[in-house]
Amino acid sequence: MTQGMDGPHPDDRMRPAGRRNSQGIRIDPEAEATHQPRKAVLSTLVKHEPGVLSEVSALFSRRQFNIESLTVGATDDDEVARMTIVIEEPEPGVDQAKKQLAKLVPVISVTELEPEAVQRELILIKVDGEEPDDVNAVADMYDGNVVDASPETITVEITGSQQKIEAAVAAFDQFDVQEVVRTGAAAVERGAEVLEDERRKTTEVSNTTATPETATDD
Amino acid sequence: MSEQTPVSPPDGETTETDEQTTRETAAATDEGSETTNDTVSTGAESVVAALEQAGAETLFGVQGGAIMPVYDALYDSEKLTHITMAHEQGASHAADAYGIVSGKPGVCLATSGPGATNLVTGIADASMDSDPMIALTGQVPTNFVGNDAFQETDTVGVTQPVTKHSYFADDSDTVGTDVGEAFALADAGRQGPTLVDLPKDVTKGETDRFPGQPQTPDTYNPPTTAEPEAVDVAAAALAEAERPVILAGGGVIKAEASDELRAFAKEYQIPVITTMPGIGSFPETHELSLEWAGMHGTGYANMAITNTDCMLAIGTRFDDRLTGDVETFAPDADLVHVDIDPAEISKNIEADYPLIGDAAAVLDQLHDAMPVAYEALGTSSEAYEEWREQCQTWKDEYEMEYDMPEDEPLKPQYVVERFSEVADDDAIVTTGVGQHQMWASQFWTFTEPRTWVSSHGLGTMGYGVPSAIGAKIAAPDKEVVCFDGDGSFLMTVQELSVAVREDLDVTYVVLNNEAVGMVRQWQDGFYEGRRMASEYPWIPQFDMLAEAFGARGFRLEDYDSVDEVIEKARNYDGPAVIDAIIDPAENVYPMVPSGGDNGLFALNGDQLGDI
Repeated sequence: MTQGMDGPHPDDRMRPAGRRNSQGIRIDPEAEATHQPRKAVLSTLVKHEPGVLSEVSALFSRRQFNIESLTVGATDDDEVARMTIVIEEPEPGVDQAKKQLAKLVPVISVTELEPEAVQRELILIKVDGEEPDDVNAVADMYDGNVVDASPETITVEITGSQQKIEAAVAAFDQFDVQEVVRTGAAAVERGAEVLEDERRKTTEVSNTTATPETATDD
Repeated sequence: MSEQTPVSPPDGETTETDEQTTRETAAATDEGSETTNDTVSTGAESVVAALEQAGAETLFGVQGGAIMPVYDALYDSEKLTHITMAHEQGASHAADAYGIVSGKPGVCLATSGPGATNLVTGIADASMDSDPMIALTGQVPTNFVGNDAFQETDTVGVTQPVTKHSYFADDSDTVGTDVGEAFALADAGRQGPTLVDLPKDVTKGETDRFPGQPQTPDTYNPPTTAEPEAVDVAAAALAEAERPVILAGGGVIKAEASDELRAFAKEYQIPVITTMPGIGSFPETHELSLEWAGMHGTGYANMAITNTDCMLAIGTRFDDRLTGDVETFAPDADLVHVDIDPAEISKNIEADYPLIGDAAAVLDQLHDAMPVAYEALGTSSEAYEEWREQCQTWKDEYEMEYDMPEDEPLKPQYVVERFSEVADDDAIVTTGVGQHQMWASQFWTFTEPRTWVSSHGLGTMGYGVPSAIGAKIAAPDKEVVCFDGDGSFLMTVQELSVAVREDLDVTYVVLNNEAVGMVRQWQDGFYEGRRMASEYPWIPQFDMLAEAFGARGFRLEDYDSVDEVIEKARNYDGPAVIDAIIDPAENVYPMVPSGGDNGLFALNGDQLGDI
């Protein structure tokens, strides 16, 4: 049977000296470069319309970006919502996530916040109500408030940075924790820096598309 | 014409006034404008008006309950021609091919539920290959949405991952604007498919709002030219190189940048490799052409792409069928990556010199920057001389060839090669997916952009028959040849009825090896020859099947009648099908095994066993 064609054997061919890593980055053979995952907070302005949340979350799942939390809420502009997305990815992944996000049509802007940006999360912890004084003492340590109490359970609300929240969760572990509800991060840049809807700078006239009343996803 | 309500006075919104004014001005200056077409009374009429305003001419679709109001409005359209397809998948592939050949969005439409889901394969195909397309789907009335109504599917949800954007039209007043925006978005920047889901109450609903000129969404601002400083640095890298290559992707064709590519390559004498979607961007007859690289690319293209020290890649997303193992892909190369989509930069292969912009514009920028770069380094493109000679040597050493022993059945490569020799220079070739697709792309000689129409990224078997229909309708004056495989042909053969009904002069060549040949080849190579579900001992006789559809059928079994049969099929004025019975044992070479090292491609079965 005749198949294919004649020509130099693979072993006899000119070969390049270099190599890339699995991310397509050329590497120094002496030092294998691997990027450690890092946490990034992406503050994203989106059009406040139906389907945005599902579009954004579907993007993260189909491209296998590791998402830690995603919060969405209204802004001072009725037509614009803000999503705060915390992801943990090696460097090319963070960059890729930002660019893919920016490509979505309802996405107005994507900004990675500085690590020192103000980040807050709210947590509700429901614990067994048998030791109210001890629970109160721990809640005070974290500037928490008891928001509901019954003979059976006590619910404490705590707000703070991710580190503080995690420390609080660990501290409450001594009680019989029934339920933990976390909101995910809300974050804003420190100082005068603000995220602006770039579209407003270019067009005085507002957009010509339909104006939906509310986002139904959240 | 049905009775229509006149345009009502603007309702006070500034934007609306602007749109009305723009439209009226445009209508006033257009001598051929038909006064009957500038008013609408329903959402469906405004959908049709939006398509007409966007410049659409042909729609490919299938009727059905929820889309009926739109079809009813089409009844009165003098500008839009509708081609009724046999199956919605055929509609989406025909629209995709129409988009590839014409360069502007192809339009397909279907009803809700199964109509919409049948379109999805073609939409996903267009998404992978960045082909401009707009899909319009019927939907159950808005008050039924979410109730699991008859023929209800969450079409926006299903299609969102495979479109640039999927719109849910929820208002008769704005549905036309939505369609116009979807059309403009499909065409703008990196092209791709968009979809508008049209609930029946929205299309039936009354409106007097005539859609404005199509506009892209205000959040969508594709780049044009690259940063001048970045261009200078990239030019310096190219000038400094000793072994440069150009890798021209499908984006070159999409951006109408073939002329700029040719001018650049010829001026600076840099060898050109294309990707498969980039076929036709550079003439394969030119001495600088190394044809295309990748899994079944030429040996010389894969040698050059592996050993280059500087690659100018334009409009390519570095698919795994091109790169093979990324660790061994062009490992010595400084990569200058030109793309209109920033997300493609460093997605699969890290770009050392990213140039974000339109391919034609950036090639012009680079063209102008090169002389300065050479001068600064005291070099010229003559420095590439040795490398060009090396590439020529590879073209001889790894020449694309095949044997034709007398005692073996017809070789498919010969059929493709003979057809290529007699066909018009600007003939359009479409294909299904599989071995025949590889042979067509390897042994047909392409010289012009938009003459190669295929399913690359998604690899959709069945793309052939409907894509030839879309291609012929987009370019009625050009010769259209479809190479298909027997497996691929059977998946969409029903569309032959459309080619006959529309009297399309298309020649189908079924390279028939009674098997899903590419799968059979892999089973023989990598699964110890265990041919599970890959052989078709029950294959129909395609020449007779063609005749049953009303097309002309030919059977081709031996070398002596190849020229004669091709001539007869070409001369037949209407769809003709050549059932070419080929050697079932023939495999596609060269071959880089999946995830393998491009430089270690196998030229034949023995080499495949060694790597």
